[in-house]
Amino acid sequence: MTDEDLSGFPLALEGPDVPMVSFRTVTKRYGELVVLDALNLDVAEGEMVTVIGPSGSGKTTVLRMLMTLETINGGVIYVDGKPLTHMPRNGRLVRADSRHLRQMRSNIGMCFQHFNLFPHMTALENCMEGPVHVLGIPKAEARARSEELLDMVGMADKRDQHPSRLSGGQQQRVAIARALAMRPKVMLFDEVTSALDPEVIGEVTNVIRRLVAEHNLTMLMVTHQMGFAKDISDRVCFFYGGRIEEQGAPDELFGNPQKERTQQFLSAVKEAN
Amino acid sequence: MSYVEFLSQYGDRILSGTLVTMVLTVLAAALAVAIALAAGLMRLAPNVLVRGTATVYIEIFRGTSLLVQLYWIFFVLPLFGITLEKFTAGFVAVGMNLGAYGAEVVRGAILSVPKGQWEAALAINMSPATRMRRVILPQALLIMLPAWGNLLIELLKGTALVALIAVADLMFQVKQINGTTFLSAETFGTALIIYYILARFMITPFMRWLERFMLRKVGRV
Repeated sequence: MTDEDLSGFPLALEGPDVPMVSFRTVTKRYGELVVLDALNLDVAEGEMVTVIGPSGSGKTTVLRMLMTLETINGGVIYVDGKPLTHMPRNGRLVRADSRHLRQMRSNIGMCFQHFNLFPHMTALENCMEGPVHVLGIPKAEARARSEELLDMVGMADKRDQHPSRLSGGQQQRVAIARALAMRPKVMLFDEVTSALDPEVIGEVTNVIRRLVAEHNLTMLMVTHQMGFAKDISDRVCFFYGGRIEEQGAPDELFGNPQKERTQQFLSAVKEAN
Repeated sequence: MSYVEFLSQYGDRILSGTLVTMVLTVLAAALAVAIALAAGLMRLAPNVLVRGTATVYIEIFRGTSLLVQLYWIFFVLPLFGITLEKFTAGFVAVGMNLGAYGAEVVRGAILSVPKGQWEAALAINMSPATRMRRVILPQALLIMLPAWGNLLIELLKGTALVALIAVADLMFQVKQINGTTFLSAETFGTALIIYYILARFMITPFMRWLERFMLRKVGRV
């Protein structure tokens, strides 16, 4: 057991405005290196929050911890009011066991920089895999829903192709459909356009634009596409050294950054483009 | 006696020995694959006891001589009340031995499936068992096929040792023929060629075919 004191953290978040995602003084360390330093971050239901910042600032770690791909060293993460990284037992919080993690993970979907589609399955099979083999949905139903999603991302005509036959942009769109097929409440996009050729970035960002416009998904996105972030985010967080250096509405943060580090970062990015 | 005469006189026995060798190879290979999968997966288990059991097994069967293992299984196990028929003892010994080598191949292949695949499977909330069965193993299989081609050829050649416990395989038959005719060059020369043909023109093409088959399933051909 850990000796950390979690008595200050509630067993569940209650009230009228419970955030969909809540990081409470979350700390993540790799050995000596502090990646997240007592991070506090709330994301409301249906909100689109974009995380920007220099590499090594901990922005990807935020998403990976929400997806439970990383363990937590301090603090508690809540999803939909319930603790994710911990679970209540005998009136206090203890480390989540694998059963609790599986239960909580069903709320969250993630898309990766390198797509990570299953290479031995077609686009359609990739989308059906989770619904059939994790959720236990009948094949016919899962197929219908997956075809619908592939249609939504504009990949219906490629549904029987293996990932090796698809371009990066096409693979990423299938990956988005695969994540959506699990009906998550929270979607995480981890630099989903960073590995793409410039001319296909638009086809992926357009899918995400549609998601924002037409669905009430809660979304957290890490990106280097500042223009895209500015267009679609409800809020932008600038990360520096494992903390949120500055955050605000995209117009404010991009138009009138207050902190020096934010200004430096944004002007460096502008120069690079 | 010309070689043609030799073949017409002893061809039947050589052929029957060859068939026994082929059956032994297939049975031993099936056993080796099953053991390799089980032990390879056990080596990756979180439980120390499970992992330890597989490690001990692999150490014993990789670290000692196949011939000694064969003698143990055939001559020593009966002293503990386990008596195997010589044919069974033959393919079990070869299968268990090659299974130990195969376990390391399986483990290595599983570990070389890219990390992103494990993470993507977790992101759609797969249980560890489903993830292994549906995502990791199918990809690991493709990675480990070339190594299995080598192992199966080793296995085929290893079956020649069962002649020493009087299983009537190819090696046993040619030894017998040599014992009565003293035509060493013809007998052992024929055996040499047959083993080569089995390895080169049966196992290797089969593995190539299997690899192409698997690649097609991944859509890479």
